[in-house]
Amino acid sequence: MTPQTEPESAAALVFDTAQTPVQRVRSVLHRYPALSPAVVLLISVIVFGMLNERFLLPGNLSLITQQVAIVGTVALAQTLIILTAGIDLSVGTAMVLASMVMAVAASENGVAAPVALLMGLVVGLLSGLLNGMLVTKLRLPPFIVTLGTYSIFLALTLLYSKGSTVRGSDMPAIMTWTGKSFPVGGVSISYGVVIMFVMYVVMAWVLSTTAWGRHLYAVGDDPEAARLAGVRTTWVLRSVYISAGSIIAIAAWLQIGRTSAASPNAGADLNLDSITAVVIGGTSLFGGRGTVWGTLLGALIVGVFRNGLSLAGLDVLYQTLAVGVLVIVAVSVDQWIRKAR
Amino acid sequence: MATTTASAANTAAPTTEGATPVLTARGLVKTYGRVVGLDGVDLDLYAGEVLAIIGDNGAGKSTLVKCLTGAEIPDAGTIELDGKQVHFRRPEDAKEQGIEAVYQNLAVSPALDVASNLFLGREVRKPGVLGSVFRQLDIKKMRERTREELNRLGITTLQDVTVPIESLSGGQRQAVAVARAAAFGSKVVVLDEPTAALGVRESGQVLDLVRRLRDAGTPVILISHNMPQVFEVADRIHIQRLGRCAATITPTSHSRTEAVAIMTGAAEA
Repeated sequence: MTPQTEPESAAALVFDTAQTPVQRVRSVLHRYPALSPAVVLLISVIVFGMLNERFLLPGNLSLITQQVAIVGTVALAQTLIILTAGIDLSVGTAMVLASMVMAVAASENGVAAPVALLMGLVVGLLSGLLNGMLVTKLRLPPFIVTLGTYSIFLALTLLYSKGSTVRGSDMPAIMTWTGKSFPVGGVSISYGVVIMFVMYVVMAWVLSTTAWGRHLYAVGDDPEAARLAGVRTTWVLRSVYISAGSIIAIAAWLQIGRTSAASPNAGADLNLDSITAVVIGGTSLFGGRGTVWGTLLGALIVGVFRNGLSLAGLDVLYQTLAVGVLVIVAVSVDQWIRKAR
Repeated sequence: MATTTASAANTAAPTTEGATPVLTARGLVKTYGRVVGLDGVDLDLYAGEVLAIIGDNGAGKSTLVKCLTGAEIPDAGTIELDGKQVHFRRPEDAKEQGIEAVYQNLAVSPALDVASNLFLGREVRKPGVLGSVFRQLDIKKMRERTREELNRLGITTLQDVTVPIESLSGGQRQAVAVARAAAFGSKVVVLDEPTAALGVRESGQVLDLVRRLRDAGTPVILISHNMPQVFEVADRIHIQRLGRCAATITPTSHSRTEAVAIMTGAAEA
């Protein structure tokens, strides 16, 4: 029986020696989930900067941020939903619907621009409310609900706009203000990018310091455990979908500014692009784990890859190929990190 | 199987004669479609006692405590707390009245840290405008109070309250869940199989905790399969069988073998 007397120290010995440098890196990455996308972004910026000197020019960096602003904003909404272990396939068409309502109201119906923006916001809120009620009342999986509302919003957009694009020049200046830029030390920053960034700051603060933020993570982690702990899970879920809807409405405003138009055919594939950004940003599709900063980094990584590859003179199809590889690598790394204790 | 003998409950235990119960349930019924979970259960819980609930699998133990803690809504029957009738629609209704529970499936959120889990659903906000308008949480205070609470309950295996629950062992997770119930359960603490996943030493700690709660005056409802533990810590034992209360006994009035016999239907109370 003597070899059996000190199992704890033997186990501790194994545990100590098992902490190889690789495992130590892994446990650090596990503790700070936004770290790995940050490292990937840094490396890709350095590599693309070395491949082409035009990449790091202020004008090009400014362009990347503007290209990222819309998908980045939509991905913020997507992050909230994925954190609750849901998914929203309707974000793109909901955004287009909101943008068409804003644009048509402001141009053809002659509604004052602030009112038109408010109408778009209401459309966004209602789209989120619809998704949220279907998920919580009928208890349907979010994938199914938003697959349905994806088509519904798409059809409503085409019915409402009769398929025609509204040009930015037909709208009041406020509608396209988000596309305007101001210079900061030689780099021109668009107001849309600032709006996106402010929304990230606010949402990161809300998620980390309010009870609602804790409850959102708890619901995504284990809804039954959250319910038994006294979290009002249906209320949390509904409020998440409604918040996502209002963020999407702001994305619609950014879209009008960025493209200086409101087109019924734009942005339907934003659902997959936003999920890509969220996944590359290290947020788990099973809910409960992830940060909004990871998503912003994920959106920037996709933007940097697309821009860098196009500057390197590669066909646009290779960009799509690279993004596909990125997603699979990101999820594999995430799985590997998850094994850390 | 003689199911009709079950309602012949002998509720009058010597230690509780004359006192008014803290928690009373009468005629609780809960069905799931055609499946009967509870078939008219009565239960009394007195101040400063540990009431164990034992029963075979599917006897309705968990359903009974879920009805008492608002996790399930009974189809019929009444629940009284301190003589006043209560209707729990949600777990937080019961929590507001000071009834806390640790459920069998460990209601903790793995990705959140120890302090966040302890305060989940009743977070402490910062004083002043930061808390009331900006809804900011007082994370420092919650961590402090978590440490105090763990110390008070003598849970020494948990030093760092900022680590996520998923990095803890099963016993430590259970300790967090029990600590949460003990910290907030001012009237009643309900523990559903609190020692099922634990080793001998950790089980002993949980049972100590149960005794300490009782000595402080908080009645505890304890569900367990573990007969030695039940007979060690319980003041009275409610035997649940086929959705009904088969008998209420005390560790001195009946032996373990007799309790098991009543539980399985081999003997009548």
